[in-house]
Amino acid sequence: MSMPEPSNPKRIVLTPSAKEQKRNQLDPSNPVLLLSPALILIVWELVAQLGLIDVRFFPAPSTVAHTFWQEVKSGMWFYHVRMTLMRVLVGFTVGAFAGILAGVIMGLSSFVRVAVYPLIAAIYPVPKVAIFPLVLLILGIGEASKITTVIASCFFFLAISAMSGVLNIPNVYKDVGKNFGASRAAFITTIALPAAMPAIFSGLRLALGAAFLVDVSIEFVSAQEGIGWLIWHSWELFSLPLMFVGLLTVSFLGLLLTFSLDFVEEKLVPWRT
Amino acid sequence: MSGPATFGDYGSMNSKISAVSVSKTYGSGDRKVVAIGDVSLEVPDGQFLSIVGPSGCGKSTFLRILAGLEVHTAGHIEIMREREDVPLLNVVFQEQSAFPWFTVRQNVGYGLRMRGMPPAEIKEKVDYWIAAVGLTDFEQSYPHQLSGGMKQRVSIARALANDPEVLLMDEPFAALDALTKTVLQDELLSLWEQNRKTVVYVTHSLDEAVTLSDRIAVMSARPGRIRQIFEVPFERRRDAHEIKKDPRYGELVEMIWSILHEEVVTTTKVQ
Repeated sequence: MSMPEPSNPKRIVLTPSAKEQKRNQLDPSNPVLLLSPALILIVWELVAQLGLIDVRFFPAPSTVAHTFWQEVKSGMWFYHVRMTLMRVLVGFTVGAFAGILAGVIMGLSSFVRVAVYPLIAAIYPVPKVAIFPLVLLILGIGEASKITTVIASCFFFLAISAMSGVLNIPNVYKDVGKNFGASRAAFITTIALPAAMPAIFSGLRLALGAAFLVDVSIEFVSAQEGIGWLIWHSWELFSLPLMFVGLLTVSFLGLLLTFSLDFVEEKLVPWRT
Repeated sequence: MSGPATFGDYGSMNSKISAVSVSKTYGSGDRKVVAIGDVSLEVPDGQFLSIVGPSGCGKSTFLRILAGLEVHTAGHIEIMREREDVPLLNVVFQEQSAFPWFTVRQNVGYGLRMRGMPPAEIKEKVDYWIAAVGLTDFEQSYPHQLSGGMKQRVSIARALANDPEVLLMDEPFAALDALTKTVLQDELLSLWEQNRKTVVYVTHSLDEAVTLSDRIAVMSARPGRIRQIFEVPFERRRDAHEIKKDPRYGELVEMIWSILHEEVVTTTKVQ
């Protein structure tokens, strides 16, 4: 066996390029973010125009855009968006606040936690859409039953995440509070709530997705308006362009609200790296 | 109020802290663990006392008992309260005790806010202590933007701004690199020599104990007791670098080290 030939030594220089430094940043102004959606649209349009896909199921983006524009002109798009947003936002806000309140109390009081947690743990895994018929019987057909179901879907995410946020406060912060004479109220406002903030925001993200999921599902079966109804109605009409308008609208609204949540988090949780 | 303590004659003075046969056990029956057994210790007013001992000897537990963060299971502790307008004791914890959700300013003023001090007075004290620990340029920063040493300065400033009668320090520099540690020791030395509060300082670094303290209490291995107490012979104000050249420095470190070594070796043999 022969020894491996010694290779020529080379000087390796390690300098991070500007590109590498930016790699992990999701900068909203970065044009690369638009690359994948744009590419999909172009390819989609091309294969539709060339007749390579069945446009009855996958209408060309230009057809969808045309339908979208007609819905906007007639004002129907705004009407549906307004109804869906109203249900999602009211349900999300009320459900989230109630959930945070319940979660923080459960985190602070072991008595309440032991008393209430089994109930929460039992109801949490039930798909909230499944309780909609029951809510419908109690509250009747109307906004109250829809919004209540959205509230229920958000409540549990926040109750559980806020509780675990409060329970996981590092002991040293509790010690500091005690040593510097923080009252019970000061402990909650200066230690428990800020410490639970990152967990609460994780819960808000999950709840927002759940709110859309539940609201659109409910609009399928029990509404005359809203994006969910639009999607279902376009199935009944076999109007695929309209269905895509509905799907893209849900996606757009979800994106918009998620970015809004990121913005609020940046303002409220500036210490998060 | 007592004046600045004269070092060496504390035996004639009243003790600021007096602990008699303090012990702490966790659990009961077969699972009983004795964390500290029978610690008796006097700390005169205005003295800087360090407690050193093998790891797990209960020195931090003893400090937490003094701070009221844990309760001893037997024994007796007396702390002399001289002033009603300031807190009795504050703790400088190990690293990462600065609240991540508060800026340096808000962290340093935390104790003052909890005491309900008027904002103007808080501002004045916070300005002073932030400058004293050299963080003026970082007063609006959050802890995650600071280095380990700077975070620890925040904790020290937070405790000193509160102006307690007794300062308890629990291995405050243990997690820092050697250079930062030396710099902070020097700064602590000069801050303390300016206001001479009673300090109980827990550390496992013998150099740190000898450099900073008036007296050093050496604890035995678990269950911890006070094995021996050493006087540190150096005058105040000290120069941390000059005293290292003094032959007594090395002798003292060597004496304490040999006791600790013996403690560690004995316990390892038993187990």
